[in-house]
Amino acid sequence: MTDQNNNKELEALMAETLGVRVGPHKSWDPVNQPMIRHWAQAMGDQNPMYTDPEYAANSSEGSTIAPPTMLQAWTMRGVTGQHAPGTRERTAEQPYVLDILDEYGFVGVVAVNCDQEYFRTLKPGDDISHYMEIESISEKKDTALGTGYFVTELWTFVDQNEEKVGEMRFRLLKFIPPKSDNKPQSSGSSKPKKAVRPRPGINRDNRFFWEGLKEGKLLIQRCKSCETLRHPPSPMCPSCRSLERDAVEASGNGVIHSFVNLHHPALPAFDEPNPIALVELEEGTRLVAGLVGIEPEDVKIGMAVKAEITQCDEELTLALFRPVEA
Amino acid sequence: MSNRTLSGQAAIVGIGATEFSKNSGRSEMQLAVECVTQALADAGIDPSEVDGISTFTMDNNPEIEVFREIGGKELKMFSRIHYGGGAACGTVQQAAMAVATGVCEVVVVYRAMNERSEYRFGAGMQDTAAEPDFETAHYGWYIPHGLVTPASWVAMNAQRYLHETGATSEDFGRVAVAAREFAATNPNAWFYEQPITLEDHQNSRWIAEPLRLLDCCQESDGGVALVITSAERAKKLNKEPALIKGAAQGACDDPQMMTHFYRQDITRLTEVGLVAKQLYKQAGLTPDDIQSAIIYDHFTPFVLTQLEEFGFADKGKAKDFVRNGEIKMGGRLPINMHGGQLGEAYIHGMNGIAEAVRQIRGEAVNQVDKVENMIVSAGTGVPTSGLILGKG
Repeated sequence: MTDQNNNKELEALMAETLGVRVGPHKSWDPVNQPMIRHWAQAMGDQNPMYTDPEYAANSSEGSTIAPPTMLQAWTMRGVTGQHAPGTRERTAEQPYVLDILDEYGFVGVVAVNCDQEYFRTLKPGDDISHYMEIESISEKKDTALGTGYFVTELWTFVDQNEEKVGEMRFRLLKFIPPKSDNKPQSSGSSKPKKAVRPRPGINRDNRFFWEGLKEGKLLIQRCKSCETLRHPPSPMCPSCRSLERDAVEASGNGVIHSFVNLHHPALPAFDEPNPIALVELEEGTRLVAGLVGIEPEDVKIGMAVKAEITQCDEELTLALFRPVEA
Repeated sequence: MSNRTLSGQAAIVGIGATEFSKNSGRSEMQLAVECVTQALADAGIDPSEVDGISTFTMDNNPEIEVFREIGGKELKMFSRIHYGGGAACGTVQQAAMAVATGVCEVVVVYRAMNERSEYRFGAGMQDTAAEPDFETAHYGWYIPHGLVTPASWVAMNAQRYLHETGATSEDFGRVAVAAREFAATNPNAWFYEQPITLEDHQNSRWIAEPLRLLDCCQESDGGVALVITSAERAKKLNKEPALIKGAAQGACDDPQMMTHFYRQDITRLTEVGLVAKQLYKQAGLTPDDIQSAIIYDHFTPFVLTQLEEFGFADKGKAKDFVRNGEIKMGGRLPINMHGGQLGEAYIHGMNGIAEAVRQIRGEAVNQVDKVENMIVSAGTGVPTSGLILGKG
């Protein structure tokens, strides 16, 4: 069977699903104040029409209303996935177009857009159901994600009197994911190629430090006048105010003075938790650096560490620190 | 020399605030002019009388535009204070100095921000462009290693603090629980009627270990403004004045912006100590004369350190102070009765100053008995500022 025949067969099967109305999908609960309050709180929506009975009593509505955008929430199945009592489920004679597309290899799915239209406000006590039909299916399209079909679902919401209260059009793209050699590993522990680390701002005062790292050296600025070491670098020596300065190479030996295991935000360039230490070098200055070769839960203040100059990417070389075996 | 003093020269005579939310639904400028005009109305002073303004360098609302919109006529002093929330009490110090020296008659200070819906300071500096200016280069010592958020910088000091003092994550938690207890009874607080338990704190997720989610303040939208005028005029106005008995800024001991990792003892906040020393000296008071305080609570660990720096607990002993419930109502030093930035809102400390004024007036929702003098602190981990406010 050629691809073209395959497409024709698929498109014929899909066409049969158009306009077939499935439902009703009933609500577990009528429109009610507690769910409205949870929604309003979660959304940060403080409109008193939703939650303040006194305020709403004096409005043209006469009582509290549900946020219109909650429309879809009322008939949701909930976390167990069970249908609410009274729901008429899809039968074998009503195949779902998305299942058909799966069978033909269009297994990728992405929601494209969702439009809702409201015909009247909903109030506590209203009992909402919805019906769903496939309103349209596009021609086959080549998209950045892959080749696929755009499918538009039309959801019609009705009240206890079967009067239409709202509509929703939900559009999806079902597509064939492009073949890739870089499939994520099933073990899941190691991430795919990492993003680069945030860059430091380099200027005339600190350039020597960053260039030193590229040459494999961890440098500490030294006052040429009083020979005091200092980090972070600065043009003037806070001890003697001299502007004359050079740098010495650190041995790389140090001790963890403090540390943080960073969990949030998750940054693409790092694992979480990410152990980061404030290292006190044996020369006396301190610097902040990531730790390697140790599990975050094992990091301790006072631990001996040694610098490991590491080229993190093409542009960035850092001094990371590794615990020294006792 | 000896008769040169700022103490008692000026007073906070008006407070104004918008609601505190996660999405104000309007511009920061609108928040600014709303809270400023509300503060002036509270004071009973016409906006056209404003002749001085101070705010934060981080505020996005230029002084002249606020001034223009409130119908100002002649602006004689305008200033901005740097270092994030460390500016809070510094703006009041600017105002008090301007009034005390006769430069200004009526000074307004404000902070108005959509910090949750538009900016989110807590999100991190990972996308900072690598520019050569000093402050960007400064953060370059941290961000390539993933230390990108205010929480992560504070965590570095906090870890060492735990190590040296024997305090625990639960002691940080006690600060959060106390704040949320007050917020629960403050209808203006975001966390109104939502107290937490120590168990909730211990179960909250790690953000930057040893900081948990509930050790971190909120991100908020809102605006707060204060009106400052002379102590003399304050007596004739609407409300009982909160006399500015002390107003100080402080930076010392290898100061850094959020990363004082290089001073010998990183478990201290020496700049808070410097502010405390100045405040007590200006006001002629000691910790024994202070009944209650607003202690800046962006992150719980630095509340403990501040209690030590202000002299309410010995170094390393703030853990015992909070374990004994001394920061709660009925304790030695109830703090942050509005719920703090952990419970009410994060308006860079300005909502805390407003709460201190309400306490002095006796009109707070969680009113402390017999308040004569209050300490107010500002953002810490940065160059900072503080106030002693009291009854006239």
